[in-house]
Amino acid sequence: MGIKKSSLAGNASSLIIEKIFEKLVLVIGLTCLFVLLLIMIFLFGEGIPLFSDVSLSDFLLGSQWYPTSGNPRFGIMPLITASVAVTLLASAFAVPLSLAIAVYLAELASPRVREIVKPAIEIIASIPSVIIGFFGMVAVAPFLQRQFNIDTGLNLFNAALMLAFMAVPTIASISEDAISSVPVSLKEASYALGANRWETIFHITIPAALSGIWTAVILGISRVIGETMVVLMVAGGAAIMPDSLFDPVRPLTSNIAAEMAEAPVGGSHYHALFAIGIILFVITFFFNIIADYLSSKYKFKGS
Amino acid sequence: MFILIRMTSYLVLGSLIFILGFIIMKGYPAISWEFISEMPMNEMTQGGILPAILGTLYLMIGSALVSIPIGIITAIYLTEYASRPGLVKVIRLGVSNLAGVPSVVFGLFGLALFVVFLDFGTSIIAGSLTLGVLNLPVIIRSTEEALMTVPVTYREASLSLGATRAQTIFRIVLPSALPGVLTGVMLSLGRAAGETAPIMFTAASYYAPDLPDSIFSEVMALPYHIYVMATAGTHIQETRHLQYGTAIILILLVLLLNSIGLVLRYRFRKRLKG
Repeated sequence: MGIKKSSLAGNASSLIIEKIFEKLVLVIGLTCLFVLLLIMIFLFGEGIPLFSDVSLSDFLLGSQWYPTSGNPRFGIMPLITASVAVTLLASAFAVPLSLAIAVYLAELASPRVREIVKPAIEIIASIPSVIIGFFGMVAVAPFLQRQFNIDTGLNLFNAALMLAFMAVPTIASISEDAISSVPVSLKEASYALGANRWETIFHITIPAALSGIWTAVILGISRVIGETMVVLMVAGGAAIMPDSLFDPVRPLTSNIAAEMAEAPVGGSHYHALFAIGIILFVITFFFNIIADYLSSKYKFKGS
Repeated sequence: MFILIRMTSYLVLGSLIFILGFIIMKGYPAISWEFISEMPMNEMTQGGILPAILGTLYLMIGSALVSIPIGIITAIYLTEYASRPGLVKVIRLGVSNLAGVPSVVFGLFGLALFVVFLDFGTSIIAGSLTLGVLNLPVIIRSTEEALMTVPVTYREASLSLGATRAQTIFRIVLPSALPGVLTGVMLSLGRAAGETAPIMFTAASYYAPDLPDSIFSEVMALPYHIYVMATAGTHIQETRHLQYGTAIILILLVLLLNSIGLVLRYRFRKRLKG
């Protein structure tokens, strides 16, 4: 801050308090790092013991998940496949929608419309996931079942739709910040060269904001992978390899939530669910580091 | 093409209105004073949801006691005290990574540390601590943003009048930043009320015949109540109206907290500009 410490405060006791407070603030400031460390210690501490029973390759590549049978199998390939499929499909819906909203808010909408649409998008972000999951169950599932004449509306497609809706606010608002922060001089230069509004947005503004847009997409995807309640309620819950978009599936997150209550503490099943937690933690950690790197490296400075 | 972009934005807004409207239309007949003030009856097929409302309030308060002081002081460290840029960078990276940890992983962490290792059992305190650490990034980010908007001249004026650094922070900087800080508090309370996965294995119970009598009791909670009634048991169809009703109460609670937060932030930003 460049502000000198005050020496006018007078008596020694207040200086001591000041010193103590400063140390306290430093210690508490480190809490987040401490919590992250604890999360890692407890996830790995409870997840690693699984691998004395099951090899890492059987765990990751095994296609059978029968955690409670007499001869239990802990292969999570169907769960990984489900997570990847749901995430890809949800992103395919959410990314174009979000970019359209971002462009609309940053470049097209009048200030009055923006003041209504922006908070509404933030409201979407605040709706509890259990509500979105509930809506998927009671409204979307029966509709899909009738419309496509399928056995159950609780499936991969439904889950991807609901997740896409939840990812839109994250991707749209971060992309909008990126698009808004593109220097006006770039756009003016484009107009001066005779480009119209459309050409300027697609050939100048969006390419210039691309790193911010990537950050938004990565954070959105990371949120979709980690989302639990929606897939738990809507994805159908079958731990088998899906053949079509309308098959019920069981992503990694929902598997933990569905089975933790019945897994005895300290057993193989318990350790296996923590091992799945490790995978989720590592994936989202990795995605966040990339997003952080992208957003800090390519920021427009002082525009 | 511009029309397509505009229509897309309206489509998403339309979905928001449709979802909220659908749940409210289906659920409002269930809402009554008895619904929010009475205990559940007949295996939760009748009666009210008082214990779930109270449980959610306890978890909100408990998590706030964890996240607000730690979050605000962390933000104070980052903006007012930090002298080592390297450490600040690492802490900021830690905060953004903590924000990205999936909520179900927080649930696992809370189970392993608070419920099992510290032996709190499935309880209000274990759930509050779990939600508290989950909410740290929310409070830290909005407090930091608020503190950074307080002009340096305020601090200089206070220090030049002989106030110490701590006095300057508590009497000058924090009060000026208060609306921004409150935004973070409101958003974090809303999140604590709505999260399900972190409390599933740490605090929530399917059905509690009595109200909790200590911080080591299990509690019912609104989001978990919706999940359980909609997916488990033998009365899923008969209790639909109660599920919709509970969903309305949860939506109202979360939207209220978030709108207060957003209005405060909006006013705060406007005041700083003007």
